[in-house]
Amino acid sequence: MSAPTTVRPDRTGPPAPAPSSRAKWRRARAWATRAPLLPALVFLIAVTQLPFVATLVISLFDWNALYPDERRFTGLSNYTSVATDPQLRDSVGTTAVLTASTVLVSLLLGLGLALLLDRAFIGRGLVRTMLIAPFLLVPVAAALLWKHALYNPEYGLFNGGLSWTADLVGIDRPPQPDWISSMPLIAVEAALVWQWTPFMMLILLAGLQSRPLEMVEAARLDGAGTWQIFRYLTLPHLRRYLELGVLLGSIYIVQNFDAVFTITSGGLGTANLPYTIYQTFYQAHEYGQASAAGVLVVIGSIVLATFALRVVSSLFRQEVSRA
Amino acid sequence: MTVHTVAPHRAARAARRRGLALGLLAWLAGLAFFLPVAWMVLTSLHSESDAATNPPSLGAGLTLDAYREFFDSAAGTGPWPALINSFTASTFSTLFVLLLALPAAYALSIRRVRKWTDVLFFFLSTKMLPAVAGLLPIYLIAKNSGMLDNIWLLVILYTSMNLPIAVWMMQSFLADIPVSIIEAAQIDGARLPSILARVVAPVAGPGLAATALICFIFSWNEMLFARVLTGVTAQTAPVFLTSFITSQGLFLAKVCAASVVISLPVLAAGFAAQDKLVQGLSLGAVK
Repeated sequence: MSAPTTVRPDRTGPPAPAPSSRAKWRRARAWATRAPLLPALVFLIAVTQLPFVATLVISLFDWNALYPDERRFTGLSNYTSVATDPQLRDSVGTTAVLTASTVLVSLLLGLGLALLLDRAFIGRGLVRTMLIAPFLLVPVAAALLWKHALYNPEYGLFNGGLSWTADLVGIDRPPQPDWISSMPLIAVEAALVWQWTPFMMLILLAGLQSRPLEMVEAARLDGAGTWQIFRYLTLPHLRRYLELGVLLGSIYIVQNFDAVFTITSGGLGTANLPYTIYQTFYQAHEYGQASAAGVLVVIGSIVLATFALRVVSSLFRQEVSRA
Repeated sequence: MTVHTVAPHRAARAARRRGLALGLLAWLAGLAFFLPVAWMVLTSLHSESDAATNPPSLGAGLTLDAYREFFDSAAGTGPWPALINSFTASTFSTLFVLLLALPAAYALSIRRVRKWTDVLFFFLSTKMLPAVAGLLPIYLIAKNSGMLDNIWLLVILYTSMNLPIAVWMMQSFLADIPVSIIEAAQIDGARLPSILARVVAPVAGPGLAATALICFIFSWNEMLFARVLTGVTAQTAPVFLTSFITSQGLFLAKVCAASVVISLPVLAAGFAAQDKLVQGLSLGAVK
């Protein structure tokens, strides 16, 4: 995949020397400039791009590792079976729902928190640190925490809290729902929202703090109310940061494996594409089908990534022109 | 006269009251988000029987039993090999990332190659493709070359996983260095390594440190590759954590103690890099 070329440099390479006579020297110099870049570039292409090519090739084969002798070329039939396999098709839907709802809810919560933290109050630094903490737990540990210490129907904190409040107000039999089996997808989403809201908050807070203050002051002097300032000044300024949060959040959450694996083991209709691919390849040993599903995920991601790159590049151009 | 002085006074008092309310709301939100973390720490300090009560026993006596049992671990070898594997994978991959990314970022910020923005965006685009799609070929290559269950395979993969992030972050830090300083050093006859060491490193140092911490966090957290590509000898801490649960059954205090121990390095690195965290996570797009 190649990147858009929207940004023009303002500090490009060496100054152009005199024409033709020094062509050879210039070429040597250009290679000397390029040299520091090459190790990283070559390494990255070898380790991250070549496997995708291999995946593309494997996806055209009927290949189950348990029957290695029956491997043969089948063209696009893996794609047809991926498209018709209800399990895989469901996981496409699950991935979309899981990603969209997690991103939107954490974006809205993150916006609220960023607005709250954009004001001065006692202990702001401490509150900020407390809010970031969920994001800094190892994802597997966070998922285990939600599954066992919070959701557990017998002694999890949620049901414990319910019976505790029930005791206080004098209700005899407090409801003790089994959170994970009664709302599996929401259970996974809640844990993910908890971890990703701080991420959204950090991005939006950075956006709020880059807002030109004079403009807000001027608007306030002109008699604009808080809501008007938010609606007509803050929100338009935040648009790019909101887009960036949505896109980066989507890219990270589409790939989520840890929470689904840990909280529900992909059961109860929560298997997303990464989990399903993992299962197809690691447990069912269907190499061809897993690869076809992988290729589909890549195509979906390229669509997302194209938008993401556009947003990043417009922010980037802003930074470059400001510098 | 009096009307004119009283009205602003009242408005100011209303504004202050609103400010106080919003501050209080921020505190409540902060505490709500922090509650599960606090609960995890508290539970890890309870005995198993106190941890498994309903309603929760908040005031139960504190003990380090869960931590002791986690480290003595009945689960065969205990957590140390996995923790050491995680440290190896995270530290060495971060080191390699820095070695590869620093010269690359130099060529993208200080002495720029032609079309440097295209190169920069190529690095970024590799990060946007889901890693799971390349997992199978990597598994097959590893299997055929005998690299399965080898921690150095993870070092290589984590290096490639974090390289784009590091190139982007470092590029943005190095671009902040005034060109004139570097040109002055070049005129004085300094060569690239000594320019990097004497001019670039001191100015961009904090940014580079933050980059390293973020790469460390991502490597430490990774589980999908670690789970598929390692077995007994090379398993990392997150993989150990999940297998620890299945082999131990449900022991809440111990689960929490294990989660605390395994999250500690990330929490420490994350709080140390707090100011640059956004920049790293947004791949340098937000400063």
